[in-house]
Amino acid sequence: MSRIFNYKNFLRLNHVIMFVLVLLTLFPFLYMLAVSFSSSRAVMASEVFLLPKDFNLVAYSHVLKQDQFWIGYKNTVLYTALGTSISLTLTIMAAYPLSKKNLYGGPLVMKFMIFTMFFSGGLIPNFILIRDLGLYDTMWAMVLPGAMNAYNVMIMKTFFQGIPDDLKSAAKIDGLTDIGVLMRVVLPLSKPIIATIGLFMAVWLWNEWFMSLIYLKSDVKRPVAMYLRNIVLGAMNTIKSGQQMDQHSAKTVPATLQASTIMLTSIPILCVYPFVQKYFAKGILIGSVKG
Amino acid sequence: METVKLYSKKKRKVPFKQIKRDYRLYLLLILPVIYFAIFKYAPMYGITIAFKRFQPGGGMLSGEWVGLLYFKKLVQDPTFWNVFKNTFILSFSALVIGFPIPIIFALLLNEVRNNKQKRFIQTVTYLPRFLSTVVVVSMLFNLLSPSTGIVNEIIKFFGGEPIFFMNEASWFRTVYIASDIWQFMGWNAILYIAALAGVDPNLYEAARIDGANHWHQVVHVTIPGIMPTIVITLILAVGNTLNLGFEKVLLMYNPKIYETADILQTYIYRLGLASQIPRFSSATAAGLFQAVICLVLLWTTNQLARKNTDYSLW
Repeated sequence: MSRIFNYKNFLRLNHVIMFVLVLLTLFPFLYMLAVSFSSSRAVMASEVFLLPKDFNLVAYSHVLKQDQFWIGYKNTVLYTALGTSISLTLTIMAAYPLSKKNLYGGPLVMKFMIFTMFFSGGLIPNFILIRDLGLYDTMWAMVLPGAMNAYNVMIMKTFFQGIPDDLKSAAKIDGLTDIGVLMRVVLPLSKPIIATIGLFMAVWLWNEWFMSLIYLKSDVKRPVAMYLRNIVLGAMNTIKSGQQMDQHSAKTVPATLQASTIMLTSIPILCVYPFVQKYFAKGILIGSVKG
Repeated sequence: METVKLYSKKKRKVPFKQIKRDYRLYLLLILPVIYFAIFKYAPMYGITIAFKRFQPGGGMLSGEWVGLLYFKKLVQDPTFWNVFKNTFILSFSALVIGFPIPIIFALLLNEVRNNKQKRFIQTVTYLPRFLSTVVVVSMLFNLLSPSTGIVNEIIKFFGGEPIFFMNEASWFRTVYIASDIWQFMGWNAILYIAALAGVDPNLYEAARIDGANHWHQVVHVTIPGIMPTIVITLILAVGNTLNLGFEKVLLMYNPKIYETADILQTYIYRLGLASQIPRFSSATAAGLFQAVICLVLLWTTNQLARKNTDYSLW
């Protein structure tokens, strides 16, 4: 019994499990990649598995000719860049004062923010708020509602607290104000956490489609995720009338087109994360366990 | 005596001197606090819409009070109860199945000694987290398609009948949970992986000296070492359990599978935003229902955790 279940055999089994997991994780993605480069005929005949069949770029060139695709892409880049900057600025503005141990009222403000993690108004009041504020069908409806959350403030605050006090007080003795310390000492030392939170926000904004569904009316303001949704699930205007998109209309867009749109919209954001990856573990751990 | 009294009085006073000294910090805080007041707390006030006859064109403050009228309507609506049931079944199965898997994965990954392999596995398993819900769902439609999907090709290869997974009410939960695990397993494991790295190596040393084999070490050192992380994550997960991946359900479902796929949030969405006659008040009432249950769940789990373990959120 213990001969078979010894540690060495466990390690072997573990390697097999890991290998299968990696395969399972990558397969859908590689499959879509293969489909995007294949001919429609090969896809319909189920001849595509991991490698493209009848390699061609027809689907890509077709997508790249669509005006709506480019409009969406431009919007997505704009929303992502603008939203991430606003989000980082506001989060830093909140986290830095709150990281001061003796700020009068600081803990109260933190509680004020943390409460929102557990209770919220919900979909309808949020929608009415955006409308009442006059943000409906403007780009601000895409970047403002999600710009700040208590979780990010907490992670950022804990990171700031980890920066040695000696550095901060030394800078103060040299005549810097609190803001000066933030700009010239704290921020340069906080690149890992800024990169992590920046990436979280960027990924979220890049992929966001639901807010555009409810807050945006004009096609010219729609992000590319919405374009993708319409391609994939068909039926542009059925949502408005309360019906769900039916699967038959989805079939009108060939699988190769769907796959190439998926690739074109996903790859840019996938390219960023390996560079920021090394910061994740630290950032997340700080935020959620010691927060 | 008098000095003591003076001192205690002084302590209760607002320390103007300190506030004056830190005024720059307060200036920084103004904008974030306003942000939270407007974008987080104003919608909380908006919940009052659930108690008012709200005119779709009106502002958040408009409408006449009608008390619990919309809640009464809600509990009389059979659709609501079906939706309620679906939400609970889906969230609790997602929690029960989805919560332990990242922990097991992290423990197994921890046994991979080769650092390069470890990093590679991590990088790959994080990847799906960066895909948009739209992409994940369209991959599902593609892979599970009855005519060309690879999964059905495999079923056909083994002589089975193709299944239209996305159009079968009985398959919805399985597909939803499985794809969730695919998307978030690696990502959710990050926390545990980081916690595992923080377990004191001396403890392993001590355990080995006491004659513990590898399995004993896992049970008596590793798992207790990450227990705080597990408990905190569990509390948060339970508190969030009803806040399912609403967008994913919205993309996945269609009237044919409402029977199992329709959840509170999709119901709220249809009621309030997707219908020709928006029923804002009823939809808000349903939303409040859900928010209160979430809060109660969170509070209960936290109390339970505090009683039975040493760890809790507050």
